[in-house]
Amino acid sequence: MGSDDVFTQTFEVAGGDFHKAGRVSIEIKETLQELGISPAVIRRTAIATYEAEMNIVMYAAQGTLHLALSPEAIVIEVFDRGPGIPDIDMAMREGYSTATREMQEMGFGAGMGLPNMKKNSDVFEIISAVGQGTRLRMVFHLGGRTAEA
Amino acid sequence: MNHYFHSIRVDPAKCAGHMKCLRICPTQAIRIRNRKATILEEKCIDCGECINVCPKGAILPMTNPFGELTKFRHSIAIPSPALYAQFGREILPDRILNGLKKLGFDDAHDLALTCGEVSFAIQEFLREYDGPKPLISNTCPVIVRLIQVRYPNLIGQIMPIDAPRELAAREIKRQASKRYDLLEKEIGAFYLTPCPVKMVSIMQPAEKGQSHLDGAIAISDIYGPLLAAMEPLAKDTYRRSLESICILGIGWAMVGGICRTLRLRNSLSVSGLTEVLKVFDDIERGKLGNIDFIEAYSCLQGCVGGSLNVENIYSSHNKILKLIETLEFEKIKACPDIREVRKKFAEKYFFLEGKIEARPLKPLDPDLVQAIKKRKEKEEIFKLLPKIDCGACGSPSCLTFAEDVVRGEAALSDCLFKYPEKTQSEGSKRSEEPPVPAEVAPFRPLLNNNKETRTTMTLEEIVQKVGLKILAVPEALGRPVSGGYASDLLSDVMANSRAGNVWMTLQTHQNIIAVAKLKDLAGIILVNSREPEPETLHKAAEEKVPLLQAADPAFIISGKIYALLSGKG
Repeated sequence: MGSDDVFTQTFEVAGGDFHKAGRVSIEIKETLQELGISPAVIRRTAIATYEAEMNIVMYAAQGTLHLALSPEAIVIEVFDRGPGIPDIDMAMREGYSTATREMQEMGFGAGMGLPNMKKNSDVFEIISAVGQGTRLRMVFHLGGRTAEA
Repeated sequence: MNHYFHSIRVDPAKCAGHMKCLRICPTQAIRIRNRKATILEEKCIDCGECINVCPKGAILPMTNPFGELTKFRHSIAIPSPALYAQFGREILPDRILNGLKKLGFDDAHDLALTCGEVSFAIQEFLREYDGPKPLISNTCPVIVRLIQVRYPNLIGQIMPIDAPRELAAREIKRQASKRYDLLEKEIGAFYLTPCPVKMVSIMQPAEKGQSHLDGAIAISDIYGPLLAAMEPLAKDTYRRSLESICILGIGWAMVGGICRTLRLRNSLSVSGLTEVLKVFDDIERGKLGNIDFIEAYSCLQGCVGGSLNVENIYSSHNKILKLIETLEFEKIKACPDIREVRKKFAEKYFFLEGKIEARPLKPLDPDLVQAIKKRKEKEEIFKLLPKIDCGACGSPSCLTFAEDVVRGEAALSDCLFKYPEKTQSEGSKRSEEPPVPAEVAPFRPLLNNNKETRTTMTLEEIVQKVGLKILAVPEALGRPVSGGYASDLLSDVMANSRAGNVWMTLQTHQNIIAVAKLKDLAGIILVNSREPEPETLHKAAEEKVPLLQAADPAFIISGKIYALLSGKG
């Protein structure tokens, strides 16, 4: 697979900017539609990307979301400079959230973010260092879902 | 390729290329080609925004003329409850229905009653439903088409209960054919419509082969004759008239009308296409799953906001509210028999007769590898564009233009800002497109102070041809001039002039030299025979910025130089 076949795009996401929150996932969705990706894959990618984007907005100072699309798969990588996650296993549980009261009043922080990303992606990897930030990588296969999901 | 019926037509004789429609279209379905608006049928969802905004009235709704009902042996009017909203408490529905019969319809059906039945049916459906939420109302055909085109993921969440107008037409035809011993095709059912898009759902239903309705007549077409045909009402019958109004169905004319009949359900209502897009984006991202039902309309305030109504949107909305308040105050709660509705529901009476399929937009290329390549090209082209969305190329924005170029539907040379020589080869690819009309061509050099637009003319040649006086630095006139900029605001010149431009100004103080130096301008022309301050002359010599003087005012000298640079001098 040559790099000619890969479409990449990088988005900067500002922490705390609830006004613009969600734009990146909409832009990625529109790109996938232009490329003729199947609606089911678009839906999963859009939901997972949105959750990742919101995590940056809610918890980090700044973050980067990177899209790479090849004829085989969509890969979303997210890097943030945020507080990091002390206990990833705990964070992966549905309903676990460290969101503030304020965020919850806005309808966020239901503790579904990370589980939702894992549920909607075919491959989900996360590394986090407290005080430094979090990196995560999600893969969505275009040929259909793999058995592991 | 599939062909899609649309209820909107552009009349080329009236279209003057104002581009208002180009900018307002929410799905970017309009292009200006050969100075006339054209509609891309794949992208159009018939919302009618362009009809409202066209200053020439060149975009026309396609509804049936009033006379068409004579084609049928038996004709029935089925007015949208939005018709009642035109009159409110002053003229009640039964008087309106009688007026319609006077106009020549053999019968007129109170659709509010059917709406009430459908409200019950929706309640029944929601009770049993456990699929993905929220369910989305299908009453507004624009919303259904929007989902088909832009949100194919949400197709499964469209409420499968048919719209009241279709159910009513089916029922009335069945009954009338029995009663009058007619074939169903001899009966004409006409919807009196507040918007053109109902015509689309009649000519090309989203789900089934054929609509039960035979046409749609604009409320605005029938309003005048109807006013004249309605008889004054005797006072003592007012209460009886009120009692005939279905309190559940009457509200369907406005946004929130369905939701208020589903009181125990967590429902929400939204109107206006841009607001609907926000809500649908949220649904698609997996939010709003706690909502059972969403009522969405393309028009602001729901059907009372349709472009074919007569009364002001807000006042007709208010008229319906007041009518409902009156019914509540009088404790009149006429509505369909719920047991009857449940029985019919169990018999699947209310369900859509077919399946709504997605209508996703054409990808950039059917082959993914090619599509990826084209998507990259689009990115590259977009980078070259001025990103001011001027619309002069005929596409609504620079981004859509980049896409049109990649799809081969436009040429890069259509952009007024692009360097013509560079894109000539692309321009010649498109044989069906006429060249830029002469009337618009003169705009090109004026707008075009982009640094890519270098001409071979030097400052010296300009000095000779338009007769300028050289005030300073005669030795630096050999530089080619890339274009011109006329402005007296230094910050504007700092922001918008380009390297190699010649700058026309009436400012004479020394700061102009600094600006010209910083922006690497070819020279400065003082207009109206203005004399520079001594400091300015001194600075010009020091910084080697040619300083010239014109006897003409800025407008004239700009015109002369512009003519030279565009090759028309």
